[in-house]
Amino acid sequence: MTALAPLAQPGTQTEALEPVPSAGGAKNRLGILVLPALLMFLAFAFIPLIGVLLLSFTDWDGLSAINFVGLQSWQQVLTDPETYHSLWLTFALMICTWVVQTPISLLLGTFVAGQQRYRAFLAVLFFLPLLMSSAAIAIVYKSLLDPNFGLSAGLHLPFLAQDWLGNPTLAFITVVFVIAWQFIPFHTLLYQGGVRQIPEQLYEAAQIDGAGRLRQFFSITLPQLKYTIITSSTLMLVGSLVYFDLIWVLTQGGPGNATRILALDMYIRGFQANQMGAASVIGVFLVVLGLVLTLVIQRLGGRDLRASQMEGM
Amino acid sequence: MTTSRSSRRTFLGLAAGSALGAFGLAACGTSGPAQPGGAAASGSAPAGGGAAGNATMWALSGQPNQGIRQNSVDAFNKLGKGTIKVTFFQNDPYKAKIRTAVGAGQAPTLIYGWGGGILKSYADAGQVDDLTSWLSENSAFKDKVLPSTWKAATIDGKFYAVPAQNTQPIVIYYNKTLFDKAGAQPPATWDDVMKLVETFNSQGVAPFSLGGQSKWTSMMWLEYLFDRIGGPEVFDAIYANKPDAWSDPAVISSCQKVQELVKANGFIKGFSSIAADTNADQALLFTGKAAMMLHGAWAYGSMKSTNAKFVASGLAFGNFPTVPGGKGDPKNIVGNPTNYFSISSKATDEEKTVAKAYFTDGLFTDAVTDAFIQSGQVPITKTAESKLASSPDAPFLQFVFNMAKGAPNFQQSWDQALSPAQAEKLLNNIDQLFLLKITPEQFASAMNSTIGT
Repeated sequence: MTALAPLAQPGTQTEALEPVPSAGGAKNRLGILVLPALLMFLAFAFIPLIGVLLLSFTDWDGLSAINFVGLQSWQQVLTDPETYHSLWLTFALMICTWVVQTPISLLLGTFVAGQQRYRAFLAVLFFLPLLMSSAAIAIVYKSLLDPNFGLSAGLHLPFLAQDWLGNPTLAFITVVFVIAWQFIPFHTLLYQGGVRQIPEQLYEAAQIDGAGRLRQFFSITLPQLKYTIITSSTLMLVGSLVYFDLIWVLTQGGPGNATRILALDMYIRGFQANQMGAASVIGVFLVVLGLVLTLVIQRLGGRDLRASQMEGM
Repeated sequence: MTTSRSSRRTFLGLAAGSALGAFGLAACGTSGPAQPGGAAASGSAPAGGGAAGNATMWALSGQPNQGIRQNSVDAFNKLGKGTIKVTFFQNDPYKAKIRTAVGAGQAPTLIYGWGGGILKSYADAGQVDDLTSWLSENSAFKDKVLPSTWKAATIDGKFYAVPAQNTQPIVIYYNKTLFDKAGAQPPATWDDVMKLVETFNSQGVAPFSLGGQSKWTSMMWLEYLFDRIGGPEVFDAIYANKPDAWSDPAVISSCQKVQELVKANGFIKGFSSIAADTNADQALLFTGKAAMMLHGAWAYGSMKSTNAKFVASGLAFGNFPTVPGGKGDPKNIVGNPTNYFSISSKATDEEKTVAKAYFTDGLFTDAVTDAFIQSGQVPITKTAESKLASSPDAPFLQFVFNMAKGAPNFQQSWDQALSPAQAEKLLNNIDQLFLLKITPEQFASAMNSTIGT
């Protein structure tokens, strides 16, 4: 009876165990709850998507009447070598940001979830970049990286006086760095939450069996973080697919197309060359790519609903 | 237990509710452009009649012109003929923003622009009013400005904009101090330019400052070289969409010269990451990191408002050097003949009346002309010429005025003269040319494929 005592609390239990009405009623209630978000999604995501799909079959220039020209814009975009260059750059950006951000976020997240001294203070410092807007970060970094007036001149370090945003290769690396600087805090937050959920018993059992910190990390922490890694990777990869504002303010497509990823290519075609049809084609590309990417990651993650990570607990 | 749980629930419920309420209130706000600095001043109450209407105006930010434009609008608002609210934007973002606004039917009454191909696209889409009949009725206004400034506002013989500000040819600025230190003279020919590049590099000073990230800054070099080497006919053929117009030998030769200059370290290190919008390229000149800069006449006024001491004693200026064997007249110039204001055709009649009243009574007042001259810029009104001599910047102003008056040909900036699709490809290819990523021949063939788009 004592074992059951923590479960039965008068007052709390009755609220939680209220009898659920018939199945149809519950579904109606759920439907109503979902309605606001569904409406927002329809209005701001789905309908514009249809609009872009329709626009991709026109040659609109943003000002005059809209004429349907069939597959002309599609042809123009698909035969332009610039499109494939942008596609390649986008994939390179996705892979580089993932490779840079995931290990660092994992380690930081594990650290921040721990019990070390000064952990709380360091955690606040690490989260600061998350609070700033992308445009602000880009403007500040642009000034800092100016080869003549930036950090190198201020700190008198000639090594820092590279052509960070003017050399095509360096510009790409710099962009990856600044994106990582901005988003590592966010993924650290995800991993921190993930690590906090790992039951202490697993670590205690491992310690009894004589596993060191490193072995514990690779054998317990990483496998338990599987779904967090999948979530974080999905956000990271799809996010870098459509990332625009930071890169635009930093390089505007980079020294000679060096950082002209698909999202920037779409903007430049649409709002600078005034070829809305071509820009819409690239917009459709981005949507399809994002969907495919998400599906692939989810499939790779192997979401088996009957499997549990708590076996043997 | 129950009390603490329900009080937490109440708290969370209140928090969510107030967040939703705040969101709802925010969503009720107007969807207009942000008002950096324009709103406070222009919100000051105008005199007299509530019958006078309102109009809106968009213009470029940046001193001194922002202040001058704001003052001119404030002075007009006091006349009782209407109230104008002006909003300012940075140069490159403005170019994108105005087109979107015009396309969405949300353009301001008075649209600031550069004439040329973009104005033509507005006119073709019926988005700006034809002002020809109004101008013939108000010929006193039409006669106020230099006749050469009307060309870029004319489309198929009709006027779709009025000239508004200053004439802005492209000139070369020199840092006198650095020249004296090197014992050198400003270049008269292209060979002098290449020799000076060596001289200044050996002294650890960059020969030319350049805001390469903005791309139109690099374009100015090609504009002059095309003209000096091949004469204005080279670009005229391109503008007329003649096939293979970019394969002219003058084009190839100009591109080669530019790439020679880049390879000889003629431009400041890291030029392709310096943007002109923040005036970082001008800063290089007056902080002594670069000896020369090719820039528009507007840079004089901008440098004066940032570093008046340098402009007063350390700045020299001159025309673009000639190229040995070139066909172009050394007096030809390139740049912006002036800036223009158009009237949106989607504005109400009341707003258009106010806008036209501004043209006659606010645009070229003596106060405005004097303010431009004070800041070191050359207004386009005929009356300005006599006022130039008495200004503190007389040497520069008279130099620019005479340049504009005496030029056989004043080539409008290419990215404004050509259609937007051509302009985007042009700027992109020029960027690659300066980065030495394409050869002059590849540049020519890439540009040839844009003819007619």
